[in-house]
Amino acid sequence: MSRITKILIANRGEIAVRVIRTARNLGYRTVAVYSNVDAGALHVGEADQAVCIGPAAIGESYLVGEKILDAAKLTGADAIHPGYGFLSENAEFSKACGAMDIAFIGPPPDAIELMGSKRLSKIAMIEAGVPCIPGYQGLEQSEDTLIAKAAEIGFPLMVKASAGGGGRGMRLVFRQSELAEHIRIARSEAENAFGSGELILERAIVEPRHIEIQVFADEHGKAIFLGERDCSIQRRHQKVVEEAPSPFVDPELRQSMGEAAINAAKACNYCGAGTVEFLVDKDRNFYFLEMNTRLQVEHPVTELITGLDLVEWQLRIASGEELPLAQEDVTLTGHAVEVRLYAEDPRNNFMPQTGTVRLWEYPKRAGLRMDHGIQQGQEVSPFYDPMIAKVIAFGESRPEAIRRLASAVQDTQLLGINNNKLFLQNMLRHNVFERGEATTAFIEQYFIADVSMDQKEPSSATLARAALLFLHRGVDSERDREADWHNPVAAATSYKLAFDSNIQTVSIIDRDDHFEVVTGTEKFKFSLVSFDETECVYIENRVREKIRFSFAGNILYLDDGTGHFILEDVTYQPAKTAGGAGSGQVKAAMDGAIVDVLVEEGDTVEAGQTLVVLEAMKMEHALKAGISGTVMALSCEVGQQVKSKQLLATVEGQ
Amino acid sequence: MAVIETQLDTQSESYQNNLKVMTAAVDEIRRIERQVIETARAKAPRYIKRGFIPPRERLSLLLDAGAPFLELSSLAGYMQDEDTDGSGAGGSYIAGIGYIGGVRCVAAVDDYLTKGGSIGPMGGKKRGRMLVIALENKLPMVNLSQSGGGNLKLAGDTFGESGQMFAMQCRLSAAGIPQITVVHGSATAGGAYQPTLSDYLILVRKQSTMYLAGPPLLKAATGEIASDEELGGAEMHSEIAGTNDYIAEDDADGIRIARDVIKKLGWNKNLPIRPEVNYEAPLYPAAELRGIVPEDPKTPFDMREVIARISDGSDFLEFKTDFDNGTLCGHIDIEGQVCGVIGNNSPITARGAAKGAHFIQLCEQSGTPLIFLTNTTGFLVGTEPEQAGIIKHGAKFIQAVTNCTVPKITIIVGGSYGAGNYAMAGRGMAPRFLFAWPRSVVSVMGPAQAGSVLRQVAEAKVLRSGGELNEETTKAIHAMEQETISDMEARSNALANTARVWDDGLIDPADTRAVIAFVLGVCREGDERAGNTSTFGIGRL
Repeated sequence: MSRITKILIANRGEIAVRVIRTARNLGYRTVAVYSNVDAGALHVGEADQAVCIGPAAIGESYLVGEKILDAAKLTGADAIHPGYGFLSENAEFSKACGAMDIAFIGPPPDAIELMGSKRLSKIAMIEAGVPCIPGYQGLEQSEDTLIAKAAEIGFPLMVKASAGGGGRGMRLVFRQSELAEHIRIARSEAENAFGSGELILERAIVEPRHIEIQVFADEHGKAIFLGERDCSIQRRHQKVVEEAPSPFVDPELRQSMGEAAINAAKACNYCGAGTVEFLVDKDRNFYFLEMNTRLQVEHPVTELITGLDLVEWQLRIASGEELPLAQEDVTLTGHAVEVRLYAEDPRNNFMPQTGTVRLWEYPKRAGLRMDHGIQQGQEVSPFYDPMIAKVIAFGESRPEAIRRLASAVQDTQLLGINNNKLFLQNMLRHNVFERGEATTAFIEQYFIADVSMDQKEPSSATLARAALLFLHRGVDSERDREADWHNPVAAATSYKLAFDSNIQTVSIIDRDDHFEVVTGTEKFKFSLVSFDETECVYIENRVREKIRFSFAGNILYLDDGTGHFILEDVTYQPAKTAGGAGSGQVKAAMDGAIVDVLVEEGDTVEAGQTLVVLEAMKMEHALKAGISGTVMALSCEVGQQVKSKQLLATVEGQ
Repeated sequence: MAVIETQLDTQSESYQNNLKVMTAAVDEIRRIERQVIETARAKAPRYIKRGFIPPRERLSLLLDAGAPFLELSSLAGYMQDEDTDGSGAGGSYIAGIGYIGGVRCVAAVDDYLTKGGSIGPMGGKKRGRMLVIALENKLPMVNLSQSGGGNLKLAGDTFGESGQMFAMQCRLSAAGIPQITVVHGSATAGGAYQPTLSDYLILVRKQSTMYLAGPPLLKAATGEIASDEELGGAEMHSEIAGTNDYIAEDDADGIRIARDVIKKLGWNKNLPIRPEVNYEAPLYPAAELRGIVPEDPKTPFDMREVIARISDGSDFLEFKTDFDNGTLCGHIDIEGQVCGVIGNNSPITARGAAKGAHFIQLCEQSGTPLIFLTNTTGFLVGTEPEQAGIIKHGAKFIQAVTNCTVPKITIIVGGSYGAGNYAMAGRGMAPRFLFAWPRSVVSVMGPAQAGSVLRQVAEAKVLRSGGELNEETTKAIHAMEQETISDMEARSNALANTARVWDDGLIDPADTRAVIAFVLGVCREGDERAGNTSTFGIGRL
């Protein structure tokens, strides 16, 4: 391998920032790439140089190998780190790098290609003696063959797209009768998503754990493993919580899984960082699931318990060095847990959220690591993965790590975008997880009704706090601070606060030593301690509390521990024009000629629909229905000259 | 720094008693204010049902949430004219100075829930006073009107001068001070000119009406039959007559538009940006101000105790301390605003009057606002004072007070008697703001003195006409004296004075510093502002 001096990171977000950090520490120069919408993103500023590679859509920027290579050429980068996702498991890209004499920091193309096919990799694994889930991974793909093979495997079983990943093209089938249907759906999904309809069948493992082994191999034929990660808590096959070591794995199981993983790596002449994923059943049988030929999102938990920097290892191996440690020198100390903070709204079916990050602050404490790629004031666009940050905690023991992490998540301030903070917090504090008993069925079994997915509207208590914030925000603190005379007027200030389209009235009144807030039938009392741009300290029921918030215009972003809420003050929003008797009448706006009549008597029209077009003063004026209803009368025709205010049409409401 | 060392012993029996008496007087005012609010509130539900927002809620919606609002003359009309139970205090009109869209304004709301919103003589006087405040301090004025109009039963006594109100509106407009009116109800006859003479007019669809004669009077006068809406509805005025400027869909929408109009005035665009001033609080608590004035008005007290509780850091640079100690003069800061203060510790002497006149000239020279802290029985009488030229010195004092152009703010702390009232910038001298403490008195002389004078005159008359002071005449004269005393007491106490709008309101002594600081700011900003004046106000299209 050639000497590496300058590394281009073909990625964005937290992973780009994270790779740049290690690369810089090791003295390499760094190059970022970015799409138009990412011009202000954190990773761009972190790198020594950055190149814009096109529009927001990934298909026109981050996924386009030529653009990445062009950026490398432009900046003289001699190595490319692909991060995860995007081009990280693209064998063609890896080959193209090689062709341009640019080091691709990842395994050789053959390994990527093999592991990219569930069918072929499984065949290879079986040959290498790696335990695999019983199933069918043959070339013959006709429906009849698949149905026949399924009967041999038994139910329930999984139908998987051979080229798939991330849960797409994957179906769980319980009965023979449903199989044909599922095969068809899976095949069509696979064709659409991956361009290949190739399927494999596997026996479904009931409530397994997802445990993966981190492996490293060098080009000198050495391979070791760095313990396991337990990623059992998943939501629709997306990992939510990851930890190392697994509370389920004992040294014996670790050893045998590790050996199997090394076999897997060796079987494909692996080189660099890789992860061999296994499903583990309750009897500690483990089965090869797939091998990810890149750095994993959750690699930090391994780093924290091994004390190693996996990106550093990747760079060393890419430079042709030998593995820095022998297997027996690898030690696992303590416990690490990671959660993924997403711009997704758990209350709204985890819909990805976009918007501006109004407040972004996180605790900096012992045993805590925050890998993130965002900055306050940044837009979270709809174009990329909604993961905002990874929060990782280390502890001497598992309970300590979990406790630290839950508190860190709680204390992380992310305002402006609905997010899964509360979902994560509650999950970390769930007793099943705390006991180390969570399997991939955890969310379905224990967490489906969690309040973090249920609190769809702000509670009265949240609205009351919002009123307190709106009131104090309205006060110009530089003016008349001492204006504390008795005020006989003392009518409550009423706010109309809108959450989505639901409007609630909240009134607040200053009772000299406290504020009284009334929402609906509930009453709250707050004594204000302090108030600044983003923090309010108050006392409620003798307890001093802190709340963080952000204002933008009439919009308040706040998270009082019951979820992130976006509330708009609509007190002074213009009233809608009354649907009075006049509004069903369409009259000429001024003197002019009718140039078009778009409806006939008896037509049903919508409010705002253009009925007649009037030309006057060389301009065309669209005359619209003021209400929805039926056109009852039409008293104009094309070419007719009309006078201002002349009645042209009458719409009768439904 | 010349910090005042307090002599007030807050543990003493006299202080505790003063505090108790003053607190009771403050509570009485609060009780009256509450009574008005509660009487009105009881009537609110049926209006709310019809879509009307109650007056105080309208005001609250109009004002910036959380920003200060200084209500003025909250007891105007109390127990005057037809107000026999005190529930008419305020004159069916809630008014004061507050912030709307960050702009300091006079905000005035017709209290249609009090006495049907009809305007009696004192309510009219209060309205007039608000226009003066707007003009003098260059404050935009927002009216939320829904009034039954002038009280016809009482109009016989007031109509001849009632055009003053409209004239003031015209002057405000010409002076470049915008008035914005939302008509929430009907504005009929004379009442229609108030909104129309405003510079910005907002009517509420299918709710406001505005005409010179409503349907009943029209039918009586000409026989024409017309509906409310065609005669003076909001849509008619918006689309046909063009009298209206903005149409609102409901009460809240009208108030929203008023706020939007204020914001679009760009009112503060040329205002100098003032660096934030740091200042110290007084060393002594404001609450102690309630315990300074003795229960017996004849007992003197040191006005420095008041100054010590309103001045930044209790600092007082006293002027000519050793030259007539009965009239105090000196400089203080209130929330970082320098002002001259003149206070009374005893009747005004010739030397005191000369000192006061001298001090006023100095403040005029430096453009320093003046605070008057009044507690005077008037100018000292007697041969010696007369020979000292007390009349000419007093006249000089009155000259200086009247003609100085710096803002004058008067606080009637105790008594304000006779010519002492003039010298200490009484209402007739038109100070920019005048507030009174509860239990204060404004009178030509003490009721006992007045009774005594009249008794002496009557006795002399009896003797001159050859009568004698027997038991019968003495009894009659005594009765006359007592009646004079009680009548004068009833017509010179704080509640009676504020009811007749002789002041801008009674304030809790403890609020004195805050109120002065606020109005000082109002005066200063008004004086700094160059208005876009013209000879004529705005004429509607």
